[in-house]
Amino acid sequence: MERPLTQHIPASGAALHIREYEAVGGYSALRKVLEQFTPAEVTAHVKDANLKGRGGAGFSTGMKWSFVPMNVPGPKYLVANADEMEPGTFKDRWLLEGNPHQLLEGMIIAAYAIQATQAFVFLRWAYKQAAREMTRAIADAYAAGYLGKNILGKDYSLDIQLHTGVGRYMCGEETALLNSLEGKRAIPRAKPPFPQVSGLFGKPTIVNNVETLCYIPHIMNKGGDWFKSLSYTADGGTKIYGVSGKVNKPGAWELPMGVTMRELLEEHAGGMKNGFRFRGALPGGASTDFLTTAHLDVKMDFNGVAAAGSRLGTGTMVVLDDRTCPVGFVHNLEHFFAQESCGFCTPCREGLPWTEKILYAMEQGKGTEEDLQLLDMHTKLLGPGNTFCALAPGAMEPLQSALKYFREDFEQHIKEKKCPYAHHSH
Amino acid sequence: MLSALEIEKITHEIQHVPVKKAACIEALKIVQAQRRWVSDESIQDIAAILDMSTAEVDSVATFYNLIFRSPVGRHVILLCDSISCYVMGYTELRNKLMELLQIKYGQTTADARFTLLPNACLGTCDHAPALMIDDDLYRDLQVADLEGILAKYE
Repeated sequence: MERPLTQHIPASGAALHIREYEAVGGYSALRKVLEQFTPAEVTAHVKDANLKGRGGAGFSTGMKWSFVPMNVPGPKYLVANADEMEPGTFKDRWLLEGNPHQLLEGMIIAAYAIQATQAFVFLRWAYKQAAREMTRAIADAYAAGYLGKNILGKDYSLDIQLHTGVGRYMCGEETALLNSLEGKRAIPRAKPPFPQVSGLFGKPTIVNNVETLCYIPHIMNKGGDWFKSLSYTADGGTKIYGVSGKVNKPGAWELPMGVTMRELLEEHAGGMKNGFRFRGALPGGASTDFLTTAHLDVKMDFNGVAAAGSRLGTGTMVVLDDRTCPVGFVHNLEHFFAQESCGFCTPCREGLPWTEKILYAMEQGKGTEEDLQLLDMHTKLLGPGNTFCALAPGAMEPLQSALKYFREDFEQHIKEKKCPYAHHSH
Repeated sequence: MLSALEIEKITHEIQHVPVKKAACIEALKIVQAQRRWVSDESIQDIAAILDMSTAEVDSVATFYNLIFRSPVGRHVILLCDSISCYVMGYTELRNKLMELLQIKYGQTTADARFTLLPNACLGTCDHAPALMIDDDLYRDLQVADLEGILAKYE
């Protein structure tokens, strides 16, 4: 089983040094691209590989690049979205800390494809080790001639700058991220125009997730057919999956796209801890719908998870066990989303705190039948199409599915006027 | 008044962006790195350098979780309260921390040694529960670990 993204990451957790990266073929894809391919050919290759963005939305990466107008004057930008802050998600940290040059090589090739002259790594503040490794990697890449003027002696120049954020979930949304890079509050922008046409400082900009960019050197080296062959399903490639919660071996693994939830939970995460039973999981981070025991054989790819009523999201699963209160679980999530709402649009700013307060009251034994109707109403009023961006609809995904699958727990809170779980906590 | 070093660093940042305003977050980070927090006076000084209104700079400063608009202790404890940490026992950690430090979220100990803040996901969910003190990350925590960890910070 091939693991292109993670095979060279040392088990020690130390980052792969530039010389070690070169020794295993690192930067050979960049050399090949600059010698053999036009920018349009690079984009065509990535499109052909059917690489879908790994940040959560799953849009075709090559398609996204192809929207950049290539004949406009002035700078273009590329941004690596390394603002990983979705609760339950920890996959990009592995790539950033373990193999920073793989990301840089992917970024340089992506930047070449859209002829960007400046690129940024937008890194969340909490990833201190990743910041140290990226800083060193960028300096080493400049010294080796992979960055700066006339890369590898060719007619292409690029600068990469590390930007560390100051903490706000909204920065992961691509247009909010651009506002933040411009020194502003991270509120989302209206689309269209899309960032590919008018992004950072009004110039064409591509924002790609870290995991997505890390695939680029491998696709350029080995081709689209190879990439597709890594997968069990129609969505190409491998995927970094993760599991956290009351399992024996929480962790992250690079596996063929399309492994089942059961395989992830039982084989890789080692099954549930002794004394705990699986009740459900958010398959791809905090903003995805619960799946339950009925879905264990669902294939974890974009279509498979969607068909089961959820989203692949970031592919990092949070497990709900039978001794954790589902209402408390959802309350924790809604607390996060209410706190992280940028406050720019009313349904999100007002609706999320309301939702949180209802769930809190319910945990305190003060919930009523009417509250269940209010929660149902919020899942619709804060759903897709009613808010400016995807934060509130994302926040409603775990809630609406909890109301569906764990409704008896909500009802029990109301009936018994208390949280029925021993360790109830807020 | 901003120090000569702060002004020099902010001026350096301005040279790397197409418009002065774009250096706003970097300027706030520079000041906070020197003083641990950003005062009203610093906001005014940053605004003057970047040709922005103080309200505009303040609106940026107050938007971000990690820009502190009031003084903090010598060490800032960020306790992850996100879902994986919740499932793995964050609440017990929080209660014990509040008991040991005799403060609540947002407060600073009487000796100005620690400020305790809740924090959205630290991105180390496979090693939950977790907390950060300054730049140090602690993972797979148990309540019994807390006293020993706090003792490392004077």
